[in-house]
Amino acid sequence: MTRSVVVTGVGVVAPTGLGTEEYWAATRAGRDGIGQAGRFDAAGYPARLAGEVTGFDAAEHLPGRLLPQTDHMTRLALTAADWALADAGVRPGERDPYAMGVVTASSAGGFEFGQHQLRNLWSKGPDHVSAYQSFAWFYAVNTGQISIRNGTKGPSGVLVTEQAGGLDALGQARRRLRRDARLMLSGGVDGSLCPWGWVAHLAGGRISTRDDPATAYLPFDARAAGHVPAEGGAILVLEDRDAARERGARHVYGEIAGYAATFDPRPGSGREPALRSAIETALRDADLAPGDIDVVFADAAATPDLDRAEADAINAVFGPGGVPVTAPKTATGRLLAGGGSLDVATALLALRDGVIPPTPKVTPAPEYRLDLVTGRARTAALRTALVLARGTGGFNSALVLRSHPDDNDEE
Amino acid sequence: MPDRTITLDDLRRVLREGAGLEEEVDLDGDILDTEFGDLGYDSIALLETASRLGQEYRIDVDAAVEARTPRELLDLVNAR
Repeated sequence: MTRSVVVTGVGVVAPTGLGTEEYWAATRAGRDGIGQAGRFDAAGYPARLAGEVTGFDAAEHLPGRLLPQTDHMTRLALTAADWALADAGVRPGERDPYAMGVVTASSAGGFEFGQHQLRNLWSKGPDHVSAYQSFAWFYAVNTGQISIRNGTKGPSGVLVTEQAGGLDALGQARRRLRRDARLMLSGGVDGSLCPWGWVAHLAGGRISTRDDPATAYLPFDARAAGHVPAEGGAILVLEDRDAARERGARHVYGEIAGYAATFDPRPGSGREPALRSAIETALRDADLAPGDIDVVFADAAATPDLDRAEADAINAVFGPGGVPVTAPKTATGRLLAGGGSLDVATALLALRDGVIPPTPKVTPAPEYRLDLVTGRARTAALRTALVLARGTGGFNSALVLRSHPDDNDEE
Repeated sequence: MPDRTITLDDLRRVLREGAGLEEEVDLDGDILDTEFGDLGYDSIALLETASRLGQEYRIDVDAAVEARTPRELLDLVNAR
């Protein structure tokens, strides 16, 4: 029998909250985390708003030895991993190191660190480049640092599929748990809010150039004009469900019941984008019918063509208005490879509390025919959630979460 | 050869700046013969430290990274 994989720990670092409960309270209330970019001077650029994690002092959370060798987003990732393990009640030092692994997602690596060192190289010469540049700016750096810090030596890796990566990492972690691993740390914490990262975002052509946080990122809205880049994400602890119950895990947030990834046809081919296929395949993987899904967390790209494609895929599977849809990320901006993982964390909390958090600021355009949850959070009996994420370049991923009421009997 | 003799305090400062500090390690204690690994510094930390010493004092970086303890490093870089 195929093993059931559940989430037993959650660690969140987001523009709307440090730590799971602070983030969740802000998300339920629809509080906004978008503002003027402050990590660098964005005044001279066409886009100036960002979703930044504020109030994070790395020295409060990490040993001093790690500070010279880590990018900002790696510090956030290490902290999120610590919180996820604490939440799961797991001390990795007491377990078989070869049975624990780390799979994270990344879109750029440690760009802020890398930019600083490239500046040293250019202005002062090769002797002035940090030895830590050898790994601090790589895609795989968060996986490496999390595994070193926690002594995990099992199956590990990194997925690079832009925003879809936050789901793909969890899919890969589930795969490893079904084979040989006993515990996986997985998810994405990402961000490249520095001039080098910023010009890369701008070159992609999907960034909002509006200056008002209230109107900058409005998916499924007639005023949609791109998104706001952001930083942060979530790291989750994944375990085999029976093993988690056996050890008396404090929480079982829910099961990763289904997952699928697809790739879009060549641009201009006229063929249907592959998001619908990802949804249908993930539902089959979960052995669920469309009518079994209680809420959809949308990718919410906020360009008219991509919003149309996502609405078409959702409506093709569920029927117009056939399922509540939400996109709490309008309060944070898009977190690159962290986005899908944060949405999974949010969906698990929604299942736990029976609350669909709103899509702040958006007035839904009727043409999309979605039941978009806007304004206030909506109370609902939730057992399942579908999370969608798309990555620039044609990546589509869908992940199905299911809660088992008997998993948390003792609470 | 460096411009002047590099002291243990110089090394302490460069270690702190370049490679940070392990919480449980007292870098200001008697560390001359403690191995770098026991002070929380791995080979990359030592490379970074040697590289920074090289920028400041014109030392032989390749020789410095072979040192196992602060005493060995200071002897190597201060040697004629």
